[in-house]
Amino acid sequence: MKKMMSVILASALAVGLLTGCGGDTKKDDAKSNVIKIGVFLPLTGDNAAGGELELRGIKLANKLHPEVLGKKVELVIADNKSDKAEAASVAARLIERDKVKVLLGSYGSSLSMAAGNIVKNSKVPAIGTSCTNPQVTANNDFYFRACFIDPFQGTVMANYAFKNGARKVAIIQEVSNDYAVGLAKFFKDAFIKLAGPDSIIEVANYQTGDKDFSAILTNIKAMHPDAIFAPGNFTESALLIKQARQLGIKAPFLGGDTWETQEFINVGGADVEGVAFSTAFDREKATTAEAKKFLDEYVKEYKGEPSALSALAYDAYLIAIDGIKRANSTDSVKIRDAIATTKDMEGVTGKTTLDKNGDPIKGAVIKTVRDGKFKYIDFVDVK
Amino acid sequence: MKNKRDLILSAILLIVLFGASWFANSELDSYIRRIVNLCLIYAIIGLSMNVTNGFAGQFSLGQAGFMAIGAYTVGIFTVPVELRANVFYAVPMNPFIADIQMPVWLALIVGGLLAALVAFLIGTPVLRLRGDYLAIATLGFSEIIRICITNASSFTNGALGIKDIPPLNDVRYIFVVTAITFVFIAALINSSYGRAFKAIREDEIAAEAMGINLYKHKCLAFMISAFFAGIGGGLYGTLLGTVDPKNFLFTLTYNFLLIIVLGGMGSITGSMLGAIIVTAGLEYLRIFDEPLKLFGTMIPLFRPGFRMVMFSALLMACVLFWRHGIMGTREITWSKLIAFCKNPIGFFKRKGAAQ
Amino acid sequence: MEFFQGFLNMSGASFAQHMVNGVSLGSLYALIAIGYTMVYGILLMINFAHGDIVMMACYFAYFGITIFHVPWYFTFIGVIVATALLGAIIERMAYRPLRDAPKNSVLISAIGASFLLENLANYLFSGRPMSFPDIPLFSQNIAIGSIKIQAISMVIPVVTIISLLVLLHIVNHTKTGMAMRAVSKDYEIARVMGINIDNVISMTFIIGSALAAIGAIMWGIRYPGITPYLGVMPGLKCFIAAVIGGIGNIKGAVLGGFILGLGEILIVAFFPDLSGYRDAFAFIVLIIILFYRPTGILGERTTEKV
Repeated sequence: MKKMMSVILASALAVGLLTGCGGDTKKDDAKSNVIKIGVFLPLTGDNAAGGELELRGIKLANKLHPEVLGKKVELVIADNKSDKAEAASVAARLIERDKVKVLLGSYGSSLSMAAGNIVKNSKVPAIGTSCTNPQVTANNDFYFRACFIDPFQGTVMANYAFKNGARKVAIIQEVSNDYAVGLAKFFKDAFIKLAGPDSIIEVANYQTGDKDFSAILTNIKAMHPDAIFAPGNFTESALLIKQARQLGIKAPFLGGDTWETQEFINVGGADVEGVAFSTAFDREKATTAEAKKFLDEYVKEYKGEPSALSALAYDAYLIAIDGIKRANSTDSVKIRDAIATTKDMEGVTGKTTLDKNGDPIKGAVIKTVRDGKFKYIDFVDVK
Repeated sequence: MKNKRDLILSAILLIVLFGASWFANSELDSYIRRIVNLCLIYAIIGLSMNVTNGFAGQFSLGQAGFMAIGAYTVGIFTVPVELRANVFYAVPMNPFIADIQMPVWLALIVGGLLAALVAFLIGTPVLRLRGDYLAIATLGFSEIIRICITNASSFTNGALGIKDIPPLNDVRYIFVVTAITFVFIAALINSSYGRAFKAIREDEIAAEAMGINLYKHKCLAFMISAFFAGIGGGLYGTLLGTVDPKNFLFTLTYNFLLIIVLGGMGSITGSMLGAIIVTAGLEYLRIFDEPLKLFGTMIPLFRPGFRMVMFSALLMACVLFWRHGIMGTREITWSKLIAFCKNPIGFFKRKGAAQ
Repeated sequence: MEFFQGFLNMSGASFAQHMVNGVSLGSLYALIAIGYTMVYGILLMINFAHGDIVMMACYFAYFGITIFHVPWYFTFIGVIVATALLGAIIERMAYRPLRDAPKNSVLISAIGASFLLENLANYLFSGRPMSFPDIPLFSQNIAIGSIKIQAISMVIPVVTIISLLVLLHIVNHTKTGMAMRAVSKDYEIARVMGINIDNVISMTFIIGSALAAIGAIMWGIRYPGITPYLGVMPGLKCFIAAVIGGIGNIKGAVLGGFILGLGEILIVAFFPDLSGYRDAFAFIVLIIILFYRPTGILGERTTEKV
């Protein structure tokens, strides 16, 4: 009996699952007064914190701009589990099954790159929210983004360090994180140009998930750097900075936009006071009318200060809507062409113009941590 | 007589399935094709794991590492030369390999051979261990491989990963590779080597007493397993179009463990069934991750992460209550199928005593 | 030459700091390794879920102190009890039913249990990192000369040694311990002689998990970021530590922990270019030990009976 049951069960399951996967196949363009925008973000896994913040931004944008071309905009949200294979799968499903016209996402450049081929082949435009790796849009006419790219970010931080008197800098990079490695390289190149070939005194590596940095920090302490550039995920960075302060390292820490999450302050505590990092948005630099709307709604809805991630995601949505409006059509290729010519679109993070690679030409904000909160210090515009 | 009949029937089946894959390639949308391809790739790797774990009884957890070798070989050598400088933007590509470009099929084979070579080097010290120790040692090597890939930036681009791998979403191609894998391994298992593996699995000491060279056979099983895992990894790389070290954490190996436990450790058809169920399940069970409304009320359990909880619970349930999986060590053979067709009910009844 | 730069240029103060860091890390590994080796010694199985039990204990502590605002001394006791209970439950559900099954099944079950715990934590607590509560008494910094050390880093070796002594006492001088030793020597005979195997094994897991909880608390204070996967690497490394010292041997686990901790720190201290390969160090040592002295440094040489 058991054997028969198992064989029948197995074959039934196999046939059923393979042909019937993704049950909701039938509802598509039948209703022509709805236009679908796909959202693929990491809602679980390592990058869940960032994905969650971005989802807030997109949902808020959808609430404040629910229609375009007389049609209602429907968000189809999918979780890519911070995993590349999932990202590719999910992007394919959103495009093929749910027939989205534009794709938004993702947090995490490697996840965006995994979807790169799919959007290219299906000719559906995608707008990255906070993925800063230049590779996402390079060689891909269908991928755009709302945020600045790492070469710019690295240069901004290098300039900031130099401006504030640093001449010898140590780099501690999360070598298993593509974002950190890319950012470290651009910082290094820019800083060497400013301060000479010996100005980067050490490049130390650690892996994602590492907890103990005492060895590399003790080594660096002996070299007396003026500043330490430590791009990496916020958990590891917070621990790193804590241990540095415990060892008596007083040099200021510099980082990138991944530090702007509440968890960074929670884990880092008093030790992360005074660090500086680059990011895309701050209330003090929020000059556009859209930004004011965003700020008010965000505080009302989520009761807290918005992070740059939410602001960028909001802008990604706006770029999509703006593109659809200017294309005056629901054809993905026409929408893509319209998005490519985005110029001076008013968004939360400023007026957005996309260059020939699909990257926005916009400046960066430098922030610090003071009294347990993120505070604005400076704004660096792109030359 | 029977063998010839079986051979002809198998050949016909393969041709029919190939035709099905041709149909699938042109008719189905790319999302479903992706799932089917992933399923076939998982079947290849699951079967490769079954060779060591199921047939030879050597508990190895190193598949992720061998997959990584295969995937990276394909990645490094198939990206068009013009695009490489762009991909390797942080640390330039090592000049020795920067200009070598291979077609995909060649890169696959080279990847498989490289994985087999690494398996040989690893196997020498590690295969003399038993059970738990072997598991941890192979796990360790899988991690070492991944760490080396993360750090060897001039070869592998480190954490940045390799992008712009020419994509392969062609069901026919992957089906052919899967078919070759299955046929090869089926032939292996039915040969004297296969019997030696099973003898080693059942009782090592007795097998050695019977004159079987333990080291040689274990090593062979390990190398063949690595070879096909490498090929599977290479196909995985082309399916995704990009690879990076984070893809190949040892937790990836758990997927294949589930496949072989579910399908039956020691059954070739079991690996296929297991792969189908796990791959389709991973996709189909996505509904667990979204909030579910039944009769107007929100069921509180369904939120992101639930799917994986279900999956691990499935693995536990399998090993606790259903240790032999679906097929155990049995196979679906032509003789059984024909007997089934002749007398469907009696087919199951007559095995009553042996249940 | 540049490769050896770190080696040649190190100052005395730096070296002393490295040694202190190494001992601190080593004693932490040792504490968790003891739990591993206990279970292996009695049951001859690797409890893959041990690292994840450490992780759950950290979450328990987080909930106790940060969410429910229970003072830390009470919470820690609660955490130890809760974790011991968790360990007993896991044993009952995942390992006991398979006691008469082939070895591989138990191994798969252990892997499954580990996987399940990780996914459960991910689902229940979301993947976002949480901060282990800060206890100023332990996290304050102390300076001895130019060497900086966190208060907790001085507490950990003490706790490890105490745990070691208590455990040795239990194993060698109590009836329960004698029963455990009997079960580890010969399972069948022990059962025939009237020892209640189920109770002994449950007790082993309870003690092992309690030790894991203590290790988790120390770990959490030292490295405050909690994620569902925090137990994975320490679990593997502590198992390796136990193997290095001789699996089944409690003193060996402590020795192995120190060797691994010091080794990891000193490799990076002397060869900073290798800092990315740091995790590989533990696995390489494992391979070497398994190759040349599989029973570990303090292990007994056993021959396999045919």
